[in-house]
Amino acid sequence: MIKYLLKKEFKQIIRNQFLPIVIFIFPLLVLLVFPWAASYEIRNLNLSVIDNDHSSYSRRLTQTIISSNYFRLTDQSASYNQALKSIEKNKADIILEIPKNFEKSIINREGTKVMISANAVNGMKGGIGMTYLSSIIGDFNLTIISELYPELAKSNSSVIQIDSQYRFNKHLNYQVFMVPALMVMILTLLCGFLPAVSIVFEKEIGTMEQINVSPVPKITFILAKLIPFWLIGFIAITIGFTVAWLDYGLIPVGHFYIIYTFAAIYIFAISGMGIVISNYAQTLQQAVFIVFFFMMLFIMLSGLYTPVDSMPNWAQWIAAFNPLKHLMIVMRSIYLKGSNFTQLGRELAALLGFAVFFNGLAVLSYRKNN
Amino acid sequence: MDTVIKVENLTKRFGDFTAVDNISFEVKRGEIFGFLGANGAGKTTAMRMLCGLSIPTEGKGTVAGYDIFRQPELVKKSIGYMSQKFSLYEDLKVWENLELFGGIYGMSDKDIKIKTDELMVRLNFEEERDHLVKSLPLGFKQKLAFSVSIFHHPQVVFLDEPTGGVDPITRRRFWEMIYDATASGITVFVTTHYMDEAEYCDRVSIMVDGRIEALDSPSNLKKTYIAKNMDEVFQQLARKSTRKAD
Repeated sequence: MIKYLLKKEFKQIIRNQFLPIVIFIFPLLVLLVFPWAASYEIRNLNLSVIDNDHSSYSRRLTQTIISSNYFRLTDQSASYNQALKSIEKNKADIILEIPKNFEKSIINREGTKVMISANAVNGMKGGIGMTYLSSIIGDFNLTIISELYPELAKSNSSVIQIDSQYRFNKHLNYQVFMVPALMVMILTLLCGFLPAVSIVFEKEIGTMEQINVSPVPKITFILAKLIPFWLIGFIAITIGFTVAWLDYGLIPVGHFYIIYTFAAIYIFAISGMGIVISNYAQTLQQAVFIVFFFMMLFIMLSGLYTPVDSMPNWAQWIAAFNPLKHLMIVMRSIYLKGSNFTQLGRELAALLGFAVFFNGLAVLSYRKNN
Repeated sequence: MDTVIKVENLTKRFGDFTAVDNISFEVKRGEIFGFLGANGAGKTTAMRMLCGLSIPTEGKGTVAGYDIFRQPELVKKSIGYMSQKFSLYEDLKVWENLELFGGIYGMSDKDIKIKTDELMVRLNFEEERDHLVKSLPLGFKQKLAFSVSIFHHPQVVFLDEPTGGVDPITRRRFWEMIYDATASGITVFVTTHYMDEAEYCDRVSIMVDGRIEALDSPSNLKKTYIAKNMDEVFQQLARKSTRKAD
């Protein structure tokens, strides 16, 4: 019996004018555009300088900062208040105030202070800008020390030297971090959203009733709805692997079969969730709103942007029940570290749990009568 | 003649509202049973209970020998259903709809093929066989929906206002198809608003406010209510209604 239902589903998907395009274009678009545009790296910070010294050292400091490429000088103010106005007008993100007698104090070995003040409306941007600027000024400090007092620079060199090494993502490349996680997003949207829409659509046009009045067992009907979307999920993720390799030169350190196994379990779980939603929604509008609500919640608490480990405890608890979070860990671990099944045992158990739970609920909540 | 549908004191309530109020009747094999009533009288609800789509609140009922409470899935195997709203797959072709529903009811591929060929000839549908259902005119669609509902040769077929919105010629053709179906042994349970169609039924029940007010053959009903035609019978009974039509 399922043979006939599957035939029907595939024919409907192929004849749909919209769906085949979505299945191919969506993964391409997400992976090609997103990692380039949405980046953690902060560049082009607008700097306002209040130079009260107008000396060669103060100009040299400003020049050093600008040549770092993280800042651009958009404003020069005569006073701190004037600089604050520039921030209010959105002309500047960060203010550097150089005091009077800056050069004199340096040459006289007296030591001097500069003030940095950052617009922290976007806390992360402010914080990172502050860090960049401090470290550039720190470097500048060392440079002039070694220029003016070579003997001091030698004796002052630190006893403990730090030699940092970044493992698994050597160059702290943002794309390497995002691409595997974006594949999870693609799977979620395609395999969670589409089956739900497809069932609610049948409710709206009335064909669902024709099915409900027939002897089709619940499980058969649900399976026939799910199987095409598993296939779609596999196609989409394979497109994802290809794009990751061609565009970002990203090849998983771990094995493909491990990724596919996890993807299969995940697709099963998330499409089951879609079906549960469709069982409770009567109209397309309802279904879309419910799915949207859950997607927002899941994405925010998935670790896509902000690490789950640094969330407050209660949020971590919610995230533990978020299938997205688990697959993101899995994808990043396999792609970057080459983790295997044993190392990902916890995630495997969690995803299997979700799969059983959602699909069990899907079968239970699907009513052929009322 | 044996009984195909037997209903005793069947009731369906939605909260405080009693949609179907304690109805009892029997339908014999091979009969055309007309189920009449104004909008909102409870016809569709009663029919949905018989088809296993709606669980009755109280009462007893069997369809094709199966209990509608305990064996709804077995009932579904033995019946056909054509809903008020056209509900074949519009994005499938004519033959694909037949194949799908034939397959769902457990027909073999060979059976499906033979019966499809035969049906296409009988309905003069051979040209439309490969057309998507959405491209067909309404009259065609209704005939196809009926053909799909009896494709697996069920014991009973339930038709919910099957001729709504179609022209008189198509309506006539449709009733010829219904007669053909009964000739092949299928019992027909049909709701309608057209009183001329009521005359085509072997027996007719008229529902008012969830209760069956009259049940007999059209000729007996006309005698009882001293009416020229079924329309007058219906008007006399339906006027008693206190329920607002939806």
